[in-house]
Amino acid sequence: MKKQNLDTLKRDFKDLYRKTILASVVIAIGGIALLYFIVDPNLSAFKANEPKTEIVEIPAENDFNKIENGIHVATGFIEAPGMTETIQNCTNCHSSKLVMQNRMNEERWKSTIKWMQETQNLWDLGENEAVIINYLVTNYPPKKVGRRAVLTDVEWYQLEE
Amino acid sequence: MKRRSFVAKSSLSSIATLLGVDIVFKQVMPDGYTPIALQDTDPFKLFNKDKGMIVLNDKPWNIEAQAHLLDDKVTPNKSIFIRNNGLVPEKIDVENWTLTIDGESVEKPKTYSLAELKSKFKHHTYQLTLECGGNGRSEFDPPAKGNQWTVGAVYCANWTGVRLRDVLEDVGINDDAVYFGYHAADVHLSRDPGKEPISRGAPIAKALQDETLLAFKMNGADIPLVHGYPLRVIAGGWPASVSGKWLQRISIRNIVHDGTKMTGTAYRVPCKPVAPGEKVADEDMCIIESMPVKSLITYPKSGAILSKSKKLSIKGHAWAGELEVDKMEYSIDFGATWNSCSLQRPVNRLAWQHFSADISFPQEGYYEVWAKATDTDGVGQPMLLPGWNPKGYLNNACHRIAVKIT
Repeated sequence: MKKQNLDTLKRDFKDLYRKTILASVVIAIGGIALLYFIVDPNLSAFKANEPKTEIVEIPAENDFNKIENGIHVATGFIEAPGMTETIQNCTNCHSSKLVMQNRMNEERWKSTIKWMQETQNLWDLGENEAVIINYLVTNYPPKKVGRRAVLTDVEWYQLEE
Repeated sequence: MKRRSFVAKSSLSSIATLLGVDIVFKQVMPDGYTPIALQDTDPFKLFNKDKGMIVLNDKPWNIEAQAHLLDDKVTPNKSIFIRNNGLVPEKIDVENWTLTIDGESVEKPKTYSLAELKSKFKHHTYQLTLECGGNGRSEFDPPAKGNQWTVGAVYCANWTGVRLRDVLEDVGINDDAVYFGYHAADVHLSRDPGKEPISRGAPIAKALQDETLLAFKMNGADIPLVHGYPLRVIAGGWPASVSGKWLQRISIRNIVHDGTKMTGTAYRVPCKPVAPGEKVADEDMCIIESMPVKSLITYPKSGAILSKSKKLSIKGHAWAGELEVDKMEYSIDFGATWNSCSLQRPVNRLAWQHFSADISFPQEGYYEVWAKATDTDGVGQPMLLPGWNPKGYLNNACHRIAVKIT
């Protein structure tokens, strides 16, 4: 009876000892893992073979050369011979909008270019000058509006008062 | 962390996110300043403009209103046109901003800090009409060179500042003073630091008027960056280009100021009338001073449809440069007959005046309501385009709206 009690006590003690060791090991592993997570939260060390950079598709609006319905999307210019030269020489300082809204003949474009060269630091256009002027007078010719144009583009709406 | 500084820091960090880089020296960046790298995004958000504003040019920024957006008696920022000759300054160091008065005709150049200007001189507020010299350019035939403004390059805001006259008296100017010319912080389109995008001015008599201000507030708040923050000279009734933005220096000249855009065809018209398209020599061009008499129907928007049983109430503004508007009329029969509008006096000299009328239409159909102002010299607006000039300035032809009666 006494021996039996002693054996039970021994067994219980061993059991407790084993459990304590096991618990310590689990806590130690957990602690190491936690420590690692703090240092490297994305577990990147285990993903060494994955590419570091994502491949992103360039959105259409970033494609400078895109043409849609005969219009160069980035500048609004009409696609026609001389457009590239016009973009390269005429949109560095000012917007293409300023070019398109001015409708001039060859002579007035020449004097405008001369004025830009004399006062605005425009460079010598060389052979491109004729190409650009031809593009502008062909695609953006002056419109006759007379002494007073009719009202156009009226957006009709019901007036509520 | 205080809430305000947290908000400020988070908005700066979101700017940094947008830019993809950190903003060096962000601690000295003024409140409300938008880094230049962001200035090519949505202009309506960037400048707090109404979505109905029309972008004529995005480099440099030129944006105009439409007539119906200008209905307010005092124009709010959202409807104010933007006209830039160069690039908006990239750095505004408001703490160290100074104004220097120099030139041949000052006794001795003098420099003021913004704080000195504000504390040393009495403040004045006036409502002042500013119209671009080229407003209406799009209607000239043959077409005139430049931004093709239609009707919306005009507004009338409240400006608060000190009188240029008071400052000039403090500096001391000589009897041979002829003209003032401004110099500013904007950047030439070519980014050449040796070039000024624009440096205009006016005769000394204009500088000495009560209403000519060195302004630091527009409509009671700091001037928006694109409209000249932190200091702007305001000369109401003259081409708006006389009212130089981002003001740093005023030169008192003993000659007519010869800065950028004072010479050649810029802001000048033929001294004698010329045929449309005629070449004009530089020496035959005269500088624009007071703007001509003009008016705008701001209500209703063009295109109104209403029934014959109803009267149409129109509203608008009229102005006449240095003068006042004496008479305001409308016509619904293309000028065959004119009827008078009720017209208010200006709140102060050089402010626009408000008009209104109630119109009955004789039968159903298409109409145009034309408005015509006449100034105190008896000069009225033409129904057709006024005299052609090479750069298409001073189009003060009558404004009209389309109306259908059903």
